[in-house]
Amino acid sequence: MSWAMESQRKNYGKALVELGRTRKDVVVLDADLSGSTRTAEFGKTFPDRFFNCGIAEQNMMGTAAGLAVGGMTVFASTFAVFATGRAYDQVRQSIAYPDLDVKIVASHAGITVGGDGASHQTMEDIALMNAIPNMTVIVPADGPETYRAVLAVAEARGPAYIRMGRSDVPIITSKDDVFSIGKASTLREGNDVALVGVGQMVAPCLLAAEGLKAKGINARVINLSTIKPLDVETLEKAARDCGCVVTAEEHNIVSGVGTMVAAALAERYPTPMERVAMQDVFGQSGESDELMREYGLSEKEVIAAAIKVTERRK
Amino acid sequence: MRRHVIEMVHAAGSGHPGGSLSSADIVTALFFEVMEHSPELESSQDRDHFILSKGHAAPVYYAALAESGYFPVEELITLRQLHSRLQGHPSRVKTPGVEMSTGSLGQGLSVANGLALALRSQGLGRTVYCLCGDGEMAEGQVWEAAMFASHYHLDNVIAIVDRNGLQIDGRTEDVMALEPLGDKWRAFGWNVLFMDGNDMWQVLETLEEARRHKGSPTVIIARTVKGKGVSFMENNVGFHGKAPNDKEYEQAMRELGGSA
Repeated sequence: MSWAMESQRKNYGKALVELGRTRKDVVVLDADLSGSTRTAEFGKTFPDRFFNCGIAEQNMMGTAAGLAVGGMTVFASTFAVFATGRAYDQVRQSIAYPDLDVKIVASHAGITVGGDGASHQTMEDIALMNAIPNMTVIVPADGPETYRAVLAVAEARGPAYIRMGRSDVPIITSKDDVFSIGKASTLREGNDVALVGVGQMVAPCLLAAEGLKAKGINARVINLSTIKPLDVETLEKAARDCGCVVTAEEHNIVSGVGTMVAAALAERYPTPMERVAMQDVFGQSGESDELMREYGLSEKEVIAAAIKVTERRK
Repeated sequence: MRRHVIEMVHAAGSGHPGGSLSSADIVTALFFEVMEHSPELESSQDRDHFILSKGHAAPVYYAALAESGYFPVEELITLRQLHSRLQGHPSRVKTPGVEMSTGSLGQGLSVANGLALALRSQGLGRTVYCLCGDGEMAEGQVWEAAMFASHYHLDNVIAIVDRNGLQIDGRTEDVMALEPLGDKWRAFGWNVLFMDGNDMWQVLETLEEARRHKGSPTVIIARTVKGKGVSFMENNVGFHGKAPNDKEYEQAMRELGGSA
């Protein structure tokens, strides 16, 4: 398979400018990373509705909350490690508890940040945001899906977290796809094993499905782009049809998406599972693809997990 | 207002009387003289706004809201009870009139700034009043917000610091020294005013002076007495977060000119 590559951040920037044109109540905040998160384009186009908060993420989240109290729909952006870690209490107390219309769109999530190293590589952000009531959590798989997800959360009232990576990722969704919050999409049909991919791990799942086909295993591939609310119907159907499940995420295995899928299936249809994820260790500096291989986040590990789990298939 | 505070905290059996009593005159001035607001205007942005950054002063805030007609005065004694609309700390989603959920200290001024930006962008010449505690000045976010308000020239933000000098573990100057507090705010680009926060005329005059100031945000450092109005609570750190027992309740109500 050969896919064109594109940045998720670029699509975020594009979507913001589009929103700025159609909606006068959309305001954007950044914390001195507007070039990296791509909010700068909005800032240039709509200078009256863009506020740089400087390197002060906690204040940015509180300011975002205040703007929302004042009737605005607010997008607040910085790196994922700061948005969810540094400013966790502000997100919890000032945004989620009062149920305000603030969208936290964070970039540079996961180990694909690369050279910056473990200080900047969050692998617990999904766990943190998922644990907060009222919060919607979305991890788009590619650029076009990021664009659609940003427009979708702008339409839905209330707090949301969107996770983006730094690097260019393969375009695996189509421009004509409809993004619906809380709905997983099945990218490939198959009934021997279900590969549930999240974000940057969806493309490796598609590659793995090709590899598995050569071994006589027909894999279903699901793009689980909304983590909360979790699409338990699609997951249960996949478990019933396939009898075993592999999850794959660029996130810690502890309290990651695999954990959430396992918990949902345990209640509805207990199914043998394998989880491909960061193995509860901090990352390190390196190139994105080197790091994904180093920490076992490639199609190779998805194939191995699928073969292993099919042996325990129901 | 003070009688409401004592009644509520006594009925709840827990809560923070000290910081409600110290700021009672400031809250009274804001809600019944200075701010234009009413339950009918609640859904409109075209009114004055209030953020209680020191969320533990919820009792005095609720007393002001009830007396302003946002909910029945009789509801005040349900403070902190299961299923009550009056949470231990203010909740935007539960209580009519409460604009922002607070309680985790140091966060209110950022919210006031955001709200002030929203009002400015809608062309509304309204003011956001933010009541802060002095103890919470130790939170770093307060100074991030102080920088932000002055950078964006938010002269429609008026912060009031309830400088009662006491926090849970003792005197502010012993726990984490704040002085010279006015110099700190001045260095962050704020217009700094001082007042006796328990002298109603001074409170009204200083708030008016703050409202007239243009070009930069204003902070009013209000010297107050923690527990003001109840002799055995005044300057007594023990009543920061403790309810009076029945005997103390009766004495407090007598001192405040009411009956228990």
